[in-house]
Amino acid sequence: MSTYVALFRIRFTNSLQYRTAALAGLITQFAWGFMQILAFLAFYRSNPQAFPMEFSDTVSYIWLQQAFLALFMMWFYEREIFDTIESGTISYELVRPYELYNRWFCQSLANRLARAVLRCLPILIVALLVPEPIRLRLPASLGQFGLFIVSMFLGLGVVVAFSMLVYIASFFTLSSTGNRIIAAVLSDFLAGALIPLPFFPIGFRKLAELLPFAAMQNMPLRIYSGNISGREAFYGILFQASWLIILIVVGKLWQRQALKQVVVQGG
Amino acid sequence: MQLYFKYFLLHLQSQMEYKVSFSFTVLGQFLVSFSALLSIWFMFDRFHHVEGFTFPQVLLCFATVLMAFSLAECFGRGFDQFPRMISNGEFDRVLVRPRNEIFQVLAYKMDFTRLGRLLQAIIVFTYAIPQSGVIWTWNKILTLFLMVICGSLVFFALFLIYAAFSFFTIEGLEFMNVFTDGGREFGRYPFGIYGNEVLKFLTYVVPLALFQYYPLLYLLDIEQGLKFMMAPVFSLLFLLPAYAFWRYGLSKYVSTGS
Repeated sequence: MSTYVALFRIRFTNSLQYRTAALAGLITQFAWGFMQILAFLAFYRSNPQAFPMEFSDTVSYIWLQQAFLALFMMWFYEREIFDTIESGTISYELVRPYELYNRWFCQSLANRLARAVLRCLPILIVALLVPEPIRLRLPASLGQFGLFIVSMFLGLGVVVAFSMLVYIASFFTLSSTGNRIIAAVLSDFLAGALIPLPFFPIGFRKLAELLPFAAMQNMPLRIYSGNISGREAFYGILFQASWLIILIVVGKLWQRQALKQVVVQGG
Repeated sequence: MQLYFKYFLLHLQSQMEYKVSFSFTVLGQFLVSFSALLSIWFMFDRFHHVEGFTFPQVLLCFATVLMAFSLAECFGRGFDQFPRMISNGEFDRVLVRPRNEIFQVLAYKMDFTRLGRLLQAIIVFTYAIPQSGVIWTWNKILTLFLMVICGSLVFFALFLIYAAFSFFTIEGLEFMNVFTDGGREFGRYPFGIYGNEVLKFLTYVVPLALFQYYPLLYLLDIEQGLKFMMAPVFSLLFLLPAYAFWRYGLSKYVSTGS
């Protein structure tokens, strides 16, 4: 266990180094959130009855999404892992004394967390200060906030566990470009990265809410504002935990199978 | 021009060498904007209209911006990668050749995988043009052409500014993405819906609305008059400061030495 903690620490501090990049990213993310809220506001003005959640819930959803972008966006892959698989340096990794799945899992977790730590506070502070109606509300209650934190970590776990499947898939395909893009587009859309799940047409929404993607950002961002609360929130968290376990088990089994037949190409 | 065409063929040939990888990337580009399209559809399935614009009318915006952007990206890709050209010293080689620098950067890289987006824009146009309720006249057809052409020139000017910044910073500046990628993302709705302040900014500072929102009003007969019809042409004024900034950056250029 301590090996993985150390790995986590190294990756975490390493990612904290890129502060200027974080600052430039902040401006982009802030503008992005701002424009997105304005678009939803226009739809709200056009037809308030058709709006499927409280407007302030949507605003919170979008600000939190921008603040914690690094935790949930599927297209933040670890380039390094793909390179390892494609170039064959995987053979070095295999002789080292740790479980490859756990190592990659730690690495992704640490990088995502470090990026989010650098970026979330400034965005949250500004979002709390901008005028109504685009201001971020405080969480519905302290209990709700606690659930939000739990749900956020579970969501992060599901994101990483799912991206592990994408890494493992590239054992089989050699070039990872295709898998990478298709997985990212599909999961971002079904997780509610473009529009929150309540905005989906009802049939589509029912289906989407069963898939693992709904266990990613969808849960924590809606729990924060109280859009999902009480018993529903508990079930939501249970739903996330089950998907997390399923994805990890599938990932580990699949990786074992992939490693059995791995062919390191010479050169 | 002849030389550019030669480069064009060379790039096309080299990218066609890796057909599988190429078609995957094209498919990826297509899917990315397809998910944006799907989200618009979901929104309109629920709301039916936004600020008086219907689904096909908004799609007209979406396709215009998408097409303008993908054309600019396909040919102006060299500027997107310009920071790398500076940091690895490639640009020093450009400077010693007896051709215009902009021409050389343009010819340095062309990315045909962006055709995935272009293809989508064409498909969306074929749906939106008859469905949007626009009564098409020759003037309006001309306007639509101007929207796409001038739009891609404005995006191109933004790429140029992005590249010019890297004369000073070496690194590319991520915040320029607000205008390039952001312009594409948020240009899927008429810029008028974002409120007056945003519209003013996008009219007078970064003239994205000039090739999207105002001519759209003309197409839909909400506004008449040459001013709205010819709005895309005014957006070309943006090329002047962009070019001036590029020249200024070039005059301050110090090689990285690598």
